Amino acid sequence: MSETPAIEAEGLVKHYGKTKALDGLDLTVGPRTVYGLLGPNGAGKTTAVRVLATLLRPDGGRAWVDGHDVVAEAAVVRRTIGLTGQYAALDEYLTGRSNLVMIGRLSRLTTRAATRRADELLERFGLAEAATRAVKTYSGGMRRRLDLAASLIGHPSVLFLDEPTTGLDPTARALMWDIVRELVADGTTLLLTTQYLDEADQLADRIAVIDGGRVIAEGTPTELKVSVGGQRALLTLAEAGDAAVAVKALQPFAAGTIVPNGSASGHGGRLLEVPVIATDGLATEILRALDAAGVRVSDIAVRSASLDDVFRTLTGHAAEEAGEDDDQAELAEEAAV
Amino acid sequence: MTATTLSAADLTTGRGSLAQFLNDVWVLTKRSIARIRREPETLSEVTIQPVMFVLMFAYVFGGAIAIPGGGNYHEYLIGGMLGMSLAQTAPGTAVAVVSDMSTGLIDRFRSLPMSRAAVLTARTIADLLTQVIGAAVVAGVGLAIGWRVHTGPGDVIEAFALALLFGYAFTWAGVCLGMVLRSPEAAQQTGFIIFLPLTFISSAFVPTQGMPGWLQPIAEWNPMSSLAAACRQLFGNPNPAALVDAWPAQHAELAVVCWSLAMLAVFAPLAVHLYRNKGR
Repeated sequence: MSETPAIEAEGLVKHYGKTKALDGLDLTVGPRTVYGLLGPNGAGKTTAVRVLATLLRPDGGRAWVDGHDVVAEAAVVRRTIGLTGQYAALDEYLTGRSNLVMIGRLSRLTTRAATRRADELLERFGLAEAATRAVKTYSGGMRRRLDLAASLIGHPSVLFLDEPTTGLDPTARALMWDIVRELVADGTTLLLTTQYLDEADQLADRIAVIDGGRVIAEGTPTELKVSVGGQRALLTLAEAGDAAVAVKALQPFAAGTIVPNGSASGHGGRLLEVPVIATDGLATEILRALDAAGVRVSDIAVRSASLDDVFRTLTGHAAEEAGEDDDQAELAEEAAV
Repeated sequence: MTATTLSAADLTTGRGSLAQFLNDVWVLTKRSIARIRREPETLSEVTIQPVMFVLMFAYVFGGAIAIPGGGNYHEYLIGGMLGMSLAQTAPGTAVAVVSDMSTGLIDRFRSLPMSRAAVLTARTIADLLTQVIGAAVVAGVGLAIGWRVHTGPGDVIEAFALALLFGYAFTWAGVCLGMVLRSPEAAQQTGFIIFLPLTFISSAFVPTQGMPGWLQPIAEWNPMSSLAAACRQLFGNPNPAALVDAWPAQHAELAVVCWSLAMLAVFAPLAVHLYRNKGR
């Protein structure tokens, strides 16, 4: 298909002092899809969104939204996009309704159209009753919904959602997910960043895993899971001292790197995680091999790979733990904003 | 979602860029005014503060200050108070700008197809409105302590117009300050450090004749002195600057216009430039 991608980025680079927030980021997002940018804090997700939303000028590379260059044609791009950032972008002292009408008027709607659209969105997002209250009286979930409504008021065809559910309780989070699914049904292209694997799994048609300012893997959630080995065998050894022998004995079964997985859960190096291709009788064969090597096993389980596994395999660290470098990138990013 | 679709009649994109700019300024000015209506205490710097300053200077220092050429200190004071109460809204402007910039709201504005200059222009217009209130408060408390105008309405209008032009120019300086500083506290502190000497090393409260010789030229060329002298002259109040042989003292009204336009020419484009490039 020769359809223009809704979002395209080629080799985006952005520095904050010595920190490289973006290090050659490439993206292609098809129209009317949900695209997830998945990565830990400081991976460069927010920087990527700020470049694509014309807020930040890249130091290198180019990007287009609906075929328009985000630097050279920023004014055109701004007519196409909606942006919901990590912090609710609202006037605390205005009512919910006044906020929406204000953003609508600034999005080039007439007063009449802005008011009509504001009421429609307030109704849809369950904020009609709170419409005449000042935003500073709103709960976190209400703010997020109003913020999302504000980014929709100008009928954007491309919507950026930067960590839309960070800090929300499970109920508010589920409500946001429902809203996002309806948007997609409406035909909006959505670029959503998240550090929650289940969120990307639930919502996105395609996912780019970002680490250190570049895409390290890309595909549908299923493709990504398959790419790191379809399944995982999780073993708990009886003796931590047997780990090295066990890893050696398990090597013939492993479809990837075997990860010692015990430190976080207090099992003192007794846990092993083995990427495997599941076959009938696999658990039995593993146990036989370990028994032959003199390793005693307390527990064994074989399960499908999760996006969490994808993430850990690709980056060498868990999704929700950020390294020191990442924190620095995040700080530099915040300082520059 | 039952989204209504947009027709051409719902959009203002067909209008010229000036009409769009004015639309954006109006929408955002209304935002600032709504804020004042919800939190009237934000007006204290143009209501309570000037009243306190007028009363303190009139009754605490007034008796100790001799005016060269003679005249009533209460009448002398109001011309200076007008300049001070308007210029001192600039730190408040800086605080408001820093606060706005530190929320996500400015990012949203910058991602909208709206005029880049409108956000800052609307801020300065809202502040100009608070300055009108400040000028009225100073005049009111002045009348209460015995300040009188001895000229015609034309002169009075000119004096207030000069004062507001002067105050508006300072507002843009406040916007620039807000754009370069990172926290509201820093804006408050820096504003205080800049505006306090600016007000006091002038003829706003004390005639320059009593200052040490090396300080006199600084005070005479201070724009605050020019505004005070211009207002005193236009109100027919005691104006010791008329006895000073310095160009801004002798041409006070022209000096106010020159200072104000010069500040606008520097700070307004600088503020817009800083806004455009913020965080880029």
